[in-house]
Amino acid sequence: MEKKLNLTLKIWRQKGPQAQGRLVTYPVQGVSTDASFLEMLDVLNEELLKKGEEPVAFDHDCREGICGMCSLMINGQTHGPDRETTTCQLHMRRFKDGDTIVIEPWRAKSFPILKDLVVDRTAFDRVIAAGGYASVNVGNAQDANCILVGKESADRAMDAAACIGCGACVASCKNASAMLFVAAKVTHFAELPQGQPERYKRAQAMVAQMDAEGFGGCTNTYECEAACPAGIQVTTIAKLNREYLKSSFAYAEESKSSEGEG
Amino acid sequence: MSLDARVPIGPLSEKWTKCKNELKLVSPTNKRKYDIIVIGSGLAGASAAASLGELGYNVKVFCFQDSPRRAHSIAAQGGINAAKNYQNDGDSVGRLFYDTVKGGDFRAREANVYRLAEVSANIIDQCVAQGVPFAREYGGTLANRTFGGVLVSRTFYARGQTGQQLLLGAYSSLMRQVERGKVKLYSRHEMLDLVLVDGVARGVIARDLTNGNFEKHAAHAVLLCTGGYSNVFYLSTNAKGCNATAIWRAYKRGAYFGNPCFTQIHPTSIPQHGDYQSKLTLMSESLRNDGRVWVPKQKGDKRRPEAIPEGERDYYLERKYPTYGNMVPRDVASRNAKAVCDEGRGVSETGQAVYLDFADAIKRDGREVIRQKYGNLFHMYEKITGENPYHTPMKIYPAPHYTMGGLWVDYHLESTIPGLFVLGEANFSDHGANRLGASALMQGLADGYFIAPYTVGHHLAGRKLPKVSTDGPEFEEALRAAKGRVDRLLKINGKRSVDSFHRELGRIMWDKCGMSRSEAGLKEAIAKIRALREEFWNNVKIPGGNAELNQSLEQAGRVADFIELGELMCRDALNRRESCGGHFREESQTEENEAKRDDENYLYVSAWQHQGDDKEPTLHKEPLAFESIHLTQRSYK
Repeated sequence: MEKKLNLTLKIWRQKGPQAQGRLVTYPVQGVSTDASFLEMLDVLNEELLKKGEEPVAFDHDCREGICGMCSLMINGQTHGPDRETTTCQLHMRRFKDGDTIVIEPWRAKSFPILKDLVVDRTAFDRVIAAGGYASVNVGNAQDANCILVGKESADRAMDAAACIGCGACVASCKNASAMLFVAAKVTHFAELPQGQPERYKRAQAMVAQMDAEGFGGCTNTYECEAACPAGIQVTTIAKLNREYLKSSFAYAEESKSSEGEG
Repeated sequence: MSLDARVPIGPLSEKWTKCKNELKLVSPTNKRKYDIIVIGSGLAGASAAASLGELGYNVKVFCFQDSPRRAHSIAAQGGINAAKNYQNDGDSVGRLFYDTVKGGDFRAREANVYRLAEVSANIIDQCVAQGVPFAREYGGTLANRTFGGVLVSRTFYARGQTGQQLLLGAYSSLMRQVERGKVKLYSRHEMLDLVLVDGVARGVIARDLTNGNFEKHAAHAVLLCTGGYSNVFYLSTNAKGCNATAIWRAYKRGAYFGNPCFTQIHPTSIPQHGDYQSKLTLMSESLRNDGRVWVPKQKGDKRRPEAIPEGERDYYLERKYPTYGNMVPRDVASRNAKAVCDEGRGVSETGQAVYLDFADAIKRDGREVIRQKYGNLFHMYEKITGENPYHTPMKIYPAPHYTMGGLWVDYHLESTIPGLFVLGEANFSDHGANRLGASALMQGLADGYFIAPYTVGHHLAGRKLPKVSTDGPEFEEALRAAKGRVDRLLKINGKRSVDSFHRELGRIMWDKCGMSRSEAGLKEAIAKIRALREEFWNNVKIPGGNAELNQSLEQAGRVADFIELGELMCRDALNRRESCGGHFREESQTEENEAKRDDENYLYVSAWQHQGDDKEPTLHKEPLAFESIHLTQRSYK
């Protein structure tokens, strides 16, 4: 049944990318346990507005856990306390009356803060641009059933492809490593026949871009897996490491023979 | 201006081939001389931009999200239709075409729908080649399931995340073109106006949402792929950011708006609960494959669902429509849910819900089979409601979900403004008065991968497009208009929040222009919306300024446009005194309260032309002619 909560929020406020930020305390009253976490912030923002204060900026869009736009560090946990749950799907029934909730943005060098809780995650786009695709132009495709994919491989590919690109893996990692994100994409393609032609080039290029963006290295603490709302597993990182190692030998050969490409 | 849909003459099945053969081509070496702007990065936008980039054009893609991968196509759950006949169950292009036209209650353009069905198979091929991980059988072939309004299994899917996987496929192709330097991304940007030079779409004014900078971008063609306008209802299954601003500004610059009142209310959404609610969450239609819809036979029966014996339940869809049962099209399912709730037989505390029950399916197939099919949906349902659908029936209620209406386009997907193309949900073309499940993804990708890349080339090769400068008077005028509007919004400094206006608009639209519409109600709505618009421009409060990330300001611009669009929707609904598909006029129903079409008087597309802010728009009619289909009253009995 619905209950009402009185809460104390401590929210990171920061005017702009260069500005100094700080935690500001806001009491909120009468929050329904049926409300989602973001709806609770909506209520706060309406109240701030009434008082003539500027609302808290935060990223959100689909509010059904799939677009990957929402991104809050809630009491030190990415997307809050529930496993495999995005912030937008976190509901207030998870909290108790009188709780204090600390809300911060993702913190990583590669995700600079734009304002309040909003960060810039375009580094992820650039990592995908480096190789997160199969190079097939429209018009080249053969009949879909000519490519047979065993159900188990297809399922493993889908498990990895489920990544929503929210960046929780980076934000939860003490090294701000993007290994889980990169591993998910590399695994998705490595499991499928369509991913084979560029398999090694992909692993090399995506890892190189990941490094260039300033993401840290992986030291196997598995925080990323615990934080991932899409259930991506660290076994993908092991897969990425194998792909990367193999590609270190194979790619050198491949690039020699593909110089005529154009 | 008379509406020329440019549908090629000749037999239906040869029209697209004939059209392609006659389209002008841009030579490979000249393609790099052309710039194309794509607004929106969902299935239609990403696929079009990637395809045009592959061809060699210079493409700029704009999206308001932080990454093109977040566009709301990503949330489509159930699947994508294609006439592959992989299940050997008698499917064909002709049958997909017929189902779509009939599902749309005979209010779509026949030639467009046929082409959609024709290219549907290529879409699956293309997506598989890209590495989209569709569901597979153990032998490695693709799996299918069935969807509402059809009697074959033609829906391809990737668990309950088909939209996500298709969008990520298109996004990855797009990012490949970014890497090649053929596409430039402008994320966190919003289009605020369209720029016409000599009557041709030649650019846009955009605002960088991170710092408020206004930008002028010139091009040889502009493609709007900005999705639908269900957020006019405030509560809908759309993402919070989905908006009609790009198509509305194009409308005000002269693009006609087609069938604005054709909106889809999806039958299976999680019901509304509190006043603070910000959106409605869809439960995929695919659930109706195994879930049975029912309400108690007795009015006001407050027992728990498990305590209501079989004989006291009314499986009303199975009872009324024995052939299609729970798989009737969306408009029929929604209207029937409303009807039983209006009779007082609705469930939940609000009385505004019906049950979707999986007990029989779990008994028949086992919990594990059901989990594999719908696990993520059940999980999502439990997250939101706190109830476990493995143990107790889901509660569902209709919610605004999709808009069949949109900018009017011809067979080339070109609007009434030359050089302005409109793709995907943003156009009006393929779904008539009701869209069948799993057809939105199909249309978005058909438009982007297989249609626009040809027809845009025809525009580029066929028209004289002199060089334009962003310093020219047309760009300056549009820039001034866009800036002026933002300044005006910021200066109002009234008392009410943007959100409160949006909610009020949503209530008016839902009550008067939602699942059931009447002359009196629509007239009342128009008056109320006008008053609301007046109040908005005098009493809205937007904190902060322009030169920063200002989410209230972004929202204010969108809500201002929704208010105007809401009025046009009501006007269109008022004009159409027939019931068809999702448009139900209380004055036009059969004795069994089914929608009653009036082909004699309304066999046309309404195309509205803007005449000025305080003037009534002009209605143009594109007559619909069906050469290969015999018009019937739809029956799913």
